[in-house]
Amino acid sequence: MSGTFVGMPAFPAAAHEAVRNPTLRGNLRHATHTIRAKREKAVAEVSDWAQLREAGRRIKDHTLRHLDRYLVQLEESVTAAGGTVHWAVDADEANRIVADLVKATGESEVVKVKSMATQEIGLNEALEAEGIRAYETDLAELIVQLCEDRPSHILVPAIHRNRGEIRDIFVREMGEWGRPAPEGLTDTPAELAEAARLHLREKFLRAKVGISGANFMVAETGTLVVVESEGNGRMCLTLPETLISVVGIEKIVPAWRDLEVFLQTLPRSSTAERMNPYTSMWTGTADEDGPQNFHLVLIDNGRTDTLADEVGRQALRCIRCSACLNVCPVYERAGGHAYGSVYPGPIGAILSPQLRGTASEIDASLPYASSLCGACYEVCPVAIDIPEVLVHLRERVVAGGQVTRNGNKVLLKPAKGHAAERAAMRAARWAFAHPGALRGGQRLASRTRRFHPRTLPGPGRAWSGSRDLPPVPSEPFRDWWQRTHGGKDGAK
Amino acid sequence: MSSRERILGRVRRALADVPQDDMPYEQAVPRDYLREHGERSVEETVDLLAENLADYRALVHRCAPDVLPSLIAGLLTARDARSLLVPAGLDERWLAATEVTRVPDLADSSAHELDRVDSVVTACALAIAETGTIVLDGGPDQGRRRITLVPDHHICVVRVPDQVVSSVPQALERLDPARPLTWISGPSATSDIELDRVEGVHGPRTLEVVLVGGQASADVNS
Repeated sequence: MSGTFVGMPAFPAAAHEAVRNPTLRGNLRHATHTIRAKREKAVAEVSDWAQLREAGRRIKDHTLRHLDRYLVQLEESVTAAGGTVHWAVDADEANRIVADLVKATGESEVVKVKSMATQEIGLNEALEAEGIRAYETDLAELIVQLCEDRPSHILVPAIHRNRGEIRDIFVREMGEWGRPAPEGLTDTPAELAEAARLHLREKFLRAKVGISGANFMVAETGTLVVVESEGNGRMCLTLPETLISVVGIEKIVPAWRDLEVFLQTLPRSSTAERMNPYTSMWTGTADEDGPQNFHLVLIDNGRTDTLADEVGRQALRCIRCSACLNVCPVYERAGGHAYGSVYPGPIGAILSPQLRGTASEIDASLPYASSLCGACYEVCPVAIDIPEVLVHLRERVVAGGQVTRNGNKVLLKPAKGHAAERAAMRAARWAFAHPGALRGGQRLASRTRRFHPRTLPGPGRAWSGSRDLPPVPSEPFRDWWQRTHGGKDGAK
Repeated sequence: MSSRERILGRVRRALADVPQDDMPYEQAVPRDYLREHGERSVEETVDLLAENLADYRALVHRCAPDVLPSLIAGLLTARDARSLLVPAGLDERWLAATEVTRVPDLADSSAHELDRVDSVVTACALAIAETGTIVLDGGPDQGRRRITLVPDHHICVVRVPDQVVSSVPQALERLDPARPLTWISGPSATSDIELDRVEGVHGPRTLEVVLVGGQASADVNS
């Protein structure tokens, strides 16, 4: 990833721009609706989906509740299998560890498997600053990297680009990074994929260092798992002499057997396939097969802070399938970039403010980037109750309270922007406690309805900027009831 | 304090709410999901494997053991293969009918050398019918992971019904996690451009799966 999300505007401002982009909306609508329909079919093929989902939820919850134990066990098994384990508290430390490992090999370029964790920590930019060039090898990531764009979807990061744009990017940029695009390249997907194959193959064949993430790590055996489609993952995982895997500490499952759940639910939820074309599993190093040096970098980067929140910790169950993006009416219209994070959509709206805290404008706005319709919870293969966490985080933004940041308990102040909301709630509380005043106020409101403005003045302006003010009825309900039923119970 | 201790310390403080006697792993996870989906005879399971492999655009062939050498020879000829990667432990008889130049799977071959080879023939560890997946575990008849990746044409031989399982759970219990494992479901594919599926981005563009089973063909009424 070449672009960064630093300094992004809050979600409402970014979404305001996005919904006015017809190409983006067209691409997203086509993509999300296609995957959504395919996913439903793939899920319907397995009659025990509910049981698999529940097992997945319980495995992840159990792991999180005993994460210290499983981390230590994983470290032991990876080490016993010939790997080296490194621990990184934050993005800076992880980037430094990886840069040092690459430098120790004497190489100045690396090939990369698509990985959310390395995007999250901004690894490519950090390596660039150290004079190391990182080549993204997933087709979509390659597109995003070539035009210095940002990913907009967890699974198909270049979903916002159509074939014509991709052709132009290849023709313009490939020569800058290596083998140029073939002469006379058209915009058919097959030709574009062939251009990517030729461009990347020369990089794969000479690569000495590969960098990956992992979908799962098995504590019991020390096995890492990467699921993918194109084979670029297999290239990066098996051709180089040195493999460095950067993985979030929440990606553990306790036992080998647990993979039987996730290897059924992940492909069907993400690409809507029975099984993705390639799955690689490796345990440390193997004699004369694949990289002879294997490093695992375990990253925290806000995960332990997320773990400390009893409601919010369920976000760490996420297996990054992106099913929630594809069903979300807000994501479908606002697009991935508006979320200001490598994690867009509903899961991003609860993950980013927890990993990064709610101090910035964008992070404080993310819990509101939702209609709370609940579709994301319905499709989640590990049953993360995203609406519950959204509401919880809204409360945290508005009311403040105790949270954990960088391992320390801190008291969060209530957000400034919500002073008017709090004042309104206080006023409402008082009014409901004083029925006479409420009645008087309602009558007054009804009688002056002709003079009511269509938008609110002052602090209420932002609220009414995107909503119509409800019209006040000509008569309060209580008066109507009194008039038509004479105050008696009118039932039968 | 090392980062390791700092992270583990943070995890422990974050989990202060979890009781000491929290449910152990064995009880925490319900295993009431199915070991396989649907009831099938052995033949039906093999049929399902063939169907699902083909659904993900692998080319599927079925034959009796004595026809295998000529089938493999024919597949190589049809692709104009001039060189063939061969794992050290592959059954010699499988290649008895082909004259194609053999390239051994050696640790010190460079990736560029592998890139010049046309085809590869391997066996497999097992195949999963419900998902249309073949699994390689680096056994002597399958070779290193990279030989089934760099050449553009992979022929994989599955012994049916012995090597076929129904489901993912049945596959995992037969596999050894200590070995490097590659699960293959159809040829390399991408849907990154407007969700149009394109086969063969980086892995072999053609995957041919040969299901070898039953008796010699002379004994089979078909």
